[in-house]
Amino acid sequence: MKLTIGHLYPDLLNLYGDRGNIQCLSRRLQWRGIEAEVRPFFAGERVDFSRLDLVLLGGGSDREQELVCRQLGEIRQDFRSYVEDGGVVLAVCGGYQILGDYYRTAKKEIPGLGILPLYTEWEPGRLVGNIILDSPLSLAPVVGFENHGGRTYIGEGTPFGRVLLGYGNTKTSGNEGMMYRHVIGTYLHGPLLPKNPEICDYLLERALERRFGGVWKLKKLSDKLERWANSSIVGRYCDRGYVWRERVRRRLPF
Amino acid sequence: MKKIRWRSRLAIACAKLTSLLIRWLHRGNGVTLPGYVARRIDPEILSVLSGLVGEKILAVMGTNGKTTTNRILFEALRAEGKEVLINSTGANMLNGVISAFVLAVEKGRLKADYACVEVDENASVEILPMLKPDCVLLTNISRDQLDRFGELDMTYEKIKFAVQSVPGARLVVNGDDAFLGFLLKECENPQEVYGMEEEIFDAAARSEVLENTFCRFCGARLTYSLIHYGQLGLYRCPGCGFERPWPDYKAKNIVEQQGSYSFTVEEKFVKIRTLCPYHVYNTLAAYGTLHAVGAPREHFGKTMEQFDFGNNRESTFFIGGARVQLHLAKNPMGFQQKLSLMCSDSRPKDILILINDTAQDGRDISWLWDVDFQHLKDAHAAQILTGGARRYDMGLRLKYEGISSKAAVDVGEALRRLTTKGTGNVYVVVNYSGLYFTNHILQDLAREEKGGGYYEADHRTSVS
Repeated sequence: MKLTIGHLYPDLLNLYGDRGNIQCLSRRLQWRGIEAEVRPFFAGERVDFSRLDLVLLGGGSDREQELVCRQLGEIRQDFRSYVEDGGVVLAVCGGYQILGDYYRTAKKEIPGLGILPLYTEWEPGRLVGNIILDSPLSLAPVVGFENHGGRTYIGEGTPFGRVLLGYGNTKTSGNEGMMYRHVIGTYLHGPLLPKNPEICDYLLERALERRFGGVWKLKKLSDKLERWANSSIVGRYCDRGYVWRERVRRRLPF
Repeated sequence: MKKIRWRSRLAIACAKLTSLLIRWLHRGNGVTLPGYVARRIDPEILSVLSGLVGEKILAVMGTNGKTTTNRILFEALRAEGKEVLINSTGANMLNGVISAFVLAVEKGRLKADYACVEVDENASVEILPMLKPDCVLLTNISRDQLDRFGELDMTYEKIKFAVQSVPGARLVVNGDDAFLGFLLKECENPQEVYGMEEEIFDAAARSEVLENTFCRFCGARLTYSLIHYGQLGLYRCPGCGFERPWPDYKAKNIVEQQGSYSFTVEEKFVKIRTLCPYHVYNTLAAYGTLHAVGAPREHFGKTMEQFDFGNNRESTFFIGGARVQLHLAKNPMGFQQKLSLMCSDSRPKDILILINDTAQDGRDISWLWDVDFQHLKDAHAAQILTGGARRYDMGLRLKYEGISSKAAVDVGEALRRLTTKGTGNVYVVVNYSGLYFTNHILQDLAREEKGGGYYEADHRTSVS
């Protein structure tokens, strides 16, 4: 039994340790005795979606994002039918923005792939910090780190989670990310999956179902470290003293 | 000598008073607050004081190696009998730089022939126009504290903007860094390049994640005939023909021998006592800078032979027969070099990795996943402990490489145990905010021991 994970353009989109997500997907398969093959596609290579079970799009700078869009533009149709067929995609930050209709920066407009009904507009003031979500895909809170200048508007789409702490899609909407079929688009780095194993297993189960049919429920693993890493962040923000100290510290001029 | 105007004098007096107060109250060593006070009283204080430097002002920038290189410049110029002004470690933002200048004023005069100023890339836009340096040294650009800088491209843009704001300043640049190669093309400043063409870095020092491999001008992927580490190497763009600039200063005949490296630059033989190959870069950078501004260099070789790089450790402690090395690693590239260092020590060892996420460290710790920790398997580690606010994240990172570790909630207790019941060879790797704290614990442990307690530390352990 084997799943193939496609890592799209790791040479262009490799900001903020996103390769941790790849490692998490493949290791959690291996720990359950399922083979995992990671297939990186470098810039200029053609992506054959029919052989892929999971696709990961990471984050990159605006300049690199534009290069990616040029590359992916050629295979937009393949990508779209992969998604409509229930293919699993995890798109983080820049990758999330690319899936939308467009990304308008201060200077220009970068057209997206139009796979998700969303668009992104740049605004001054980056949204940076730890973020905690309540997501329907996970019983435990989803924790991560966000760092983006773009505000993403998802219209009627289903958000990935409700923001408990942090900014999310637009700072004011109270929502973060977007889900569509088996696509998750999100701003969460950290990387996302290692500290949120339930999300990882959700993606794996959907991919296994699509490849081998039936209903899959993966065997539970001992996620002790994962839970500690997750709850140490959540616990920190439940401590009112910590929150106040941080607030004061950040306003100091030196 | 020019007189300092009254407003600046008032600013200097208040800043000095602040510094005295901080030290009197034992609130750290006061290297940034005096600058803040001085700037509030006289916003132009830095321009005023930088105009009083006797000969040249050297600004040192870059992600890694700027502190060491700046220290080399400082020592080399002092060896030539010059009065040199330097900012203390870590105090490389605007307030820190101003503090260094303000506190160097004595009786209304600035005692400095040369100023060696380490400048943070992010603060360079503010600092450089006021500092008006004669020479700007750029060591490399890699990812560091991304939550502060945004993206690597933004750091690049900032540095470019800063450098273009001082068009007269001579650039001395590591030509092996593709990013800096782009910068040279885009800036009009007079420029000089250093580099090397020999392979001296091992696999553990090289990281798999290349920082940037795409041409800024045509978008094609750069091809490398040799990679030193990160994006440093001999590169060329197949698309537009952009390639590594020809170095004016090249390190040749690099030889590693029993804990030292030697090389020749411009027929000059230089020998340095270090285990870390990247200090060859730092030494070369300093030499190039001195040459570029026409500073005397008669004693350079001798200074370097005596220079204590400390293998980039902050200090070494001897506690109860155990040797404890304290190392600072604050970004993937730096961490990778530490791993390489640990692997090269074949004795069994205990390792404590301390990861914090304060604003100083960068609150985003996802960079841990950009470090190739699998090399740690070959480091002959008896046990690995993780500490700090993000100890579980660190443990999780190691888990994914199949390396088991234990979380240490109380770092002091863990260090005490490691020094008494361990292998006697302890490596402590910390990121920025843990340094001051760990250093204190280790000093206390060394002191507790009667007579046997001994530690050596260099002045870099000062953290604001």
